[in-house]
Amino acid sequence: MNNLLRRSIFPIYANSLKLSCRSFADVPIKEKIDNIVKNNKVVVFMKGVPDAPRCGFSNAVVQIMRMHAVTYDSHDVLSDEDLRQGIKDYSNWPTIPQVFINGEFVGGCDIMLQMHQSGELIEELKKVGIKSALLTAEESKKEEVK
Amino acid sequence: MNIILRPGVFNCLNIHRNMSGMVGIIEYTIRNKLLSLLEAKHLDVINESHMHNVPKGAETHFKVVVVSDKFEGLPLIKRHRLVNDILKDELQSGVHALSIIAKTPQQWDCSDKVVESSPTCKGGFGK
Repeated sequence: MNNLLRRSIFPIYANSLKLSCRSFADVPIKEKIDNIVKNNKVVVFMKGVPDAPRCGFSNAVVQIMRMHAVTYDSHDVLSDEDLRQGIKDYSNWPTIPQVFINGEFVGGCDIMLQMHQSGELIEELKKVGIKSALLTAEESKKEEVK
Repeated sequence: MNIILRPGVFNCLNIHRNMSGMVGIIEYTIRNKLLSLLEAKHLDVINESHMHNVPKGAETHFKVVVVSDKFEGLPLIKRHRLVNDILKDELQSGVHALSIIAKTPQQWDCSDKVVESSPTCKGGFGK
């Protein structure tokens, strides 16, 4: 009897769950972004792709990442309109590119550039276990001097 | 990266003219809002739209240099959020790119007061 009851109730329950998810149209994209930024140490939402950025600001971020030899997960907002608006809502930040480190929004192009210039970026990367190539280069220089 | 140096402007009332020599309504609004709400000690509002794939005289891409006591003790991201918030309406109604330099008066005095030009467009506007 118990079994029978469970079987008959479960499909109804499952259906209503699906419906309630669908009624919040913004939930899927938010969840999607949540997953992306939490599953990768460094994520860049940009216009275009790293090999062919389609915006100067996005290109600047790519160049900075390249200098530090950071591997990152990149997402092209121009090929996904939901993502383009979704990411702005997610981080409450009006412009692209956007950089996330360890699931946290760090900033756009201006902030990345200043963090790069001040050395703060090296420190932030260190916190998540990434050693910047600039740091490696500096260390090997010191070794040579010794 | 090509960097074009642009001399800093020391006068708050100095108005950067766009390519057609006119100060646009949005540029004027941005200037007024930042001056009054942040009590900016130094302010540069630069219309960089002509560097992008937009019609002549457009007001879509801006760079602002804001020097204010209100940034004291705030990390960069909070300074930027403050400026973004003040210009929320503009950002929702046509301003597409906003580059921000936010410094305290002390930081500004210690800096070389040179504002680097934004990177060149890669043609991805809107599409």
